[in-house]
Amino acid sequence: MNVAIVQFPGTNCEYDTQYAFEKLGAKTELIWHKETVISDSTDLIVIAGGFSYGDYLRSGAIARFSPIMNAVESYAEKGGKVLGICNGFQVLTESRLLPGALKRNNNLHFISRHHHLKIAGNENVFLKKFEKGSVVNIPIAHHDGNYYIDPDGLNALYDNDQVLLHYCDAEGNISNPNGSVDAIAGVCNAAKNIFGLMPHPERAIESVLGSDDGIAMLEGFFAS
Amino acid sequence: MKAIVNVFLKPGVLDSQGKAVHHALGALKFGGVNDVRVGKQIVLDIDAIDEAAARAEITEMCESLLANTVIEDYTIELES
Repeated sequence: MNVAIVQFPGTNCEYDTQYAFEKLGAKTELIWHKETVISDSTDLIVIAGGFSYGDYLRSGAIARFSPIMNAVESYAEKGGKVLGICNGFQVLTESRLLPGALKRNNNLHFISRHHHLKIAGNENVFLKKFEKGSVVNIPIAHHDGNYYIDPDGLNALYDNDQVLLHYCDAEGNISNPNGSVDAIAGVCNAAKNIFGLMPHPERAIESVLGSDDGIAMLEGFFAS
Repeated sequence: MKAIVNVFLKPGVLDSQGKAVHHALGALKFGGVNDVRVGKQIVLDIDAIDEAAARAEITEMCESLLANTVIEDYTIELES
């Protein structure tokens, strides 16, 4: 399992992501955004969290034009798996590789805390290890995590089973921290090879730090 | 040529900042404010043959980078 982790100026979760995947037995490589090639042996590209380009203009808006993004797009077009976490999710929506957009949290606060999430769609590699409707506990840390999609787009997401996660409470009741449409915390594309979520599974891999629910998410990408 | 691009959230997309400012104006006893929208203004100084060319080029800039048309609308004003 080879994981390529994209690093923009301002990315700050690349080493956590690297640590998490290596702990699970993957080989990882950091790819600087000025690179133009992704190795053919790559099994997964991760666009890690952080504040690429200082979130200037809009979160992810400038990073999407970095040279590496052409390689990411062609890799994804060929069916390669891509995971965007937090700022990575923002980069993927700005690139139109994922539908919708992420705007400022409704309460205008930067929200950094553990949050429960309900598994909405599990017929994909990312969440295949979870039961539909089960609840996990994963940290969130974002200012612009308020997922927006228009009503037609939302219907299309549900029709194609592209909604991955909803924010909820410990009992699984919908609880919306940031104003996202339908409390959506993560989505995938129609082909189910591109995944984006605001929560940070790579920060939930040690029970001593509050949760290890992120392991089964990341493990979904491993063969078998 | 100087160009001013204004970017605002589309009508129907909740503008949390506008709402917060509206609320604060009310708290300051400014009555009669029906709505507040907060957007951003981008001022460009560009080389262009004429206004039509400038407008065409800036439209392309807005569509690709300056605005996210999933959630935002934009207007372009030119000053020669």
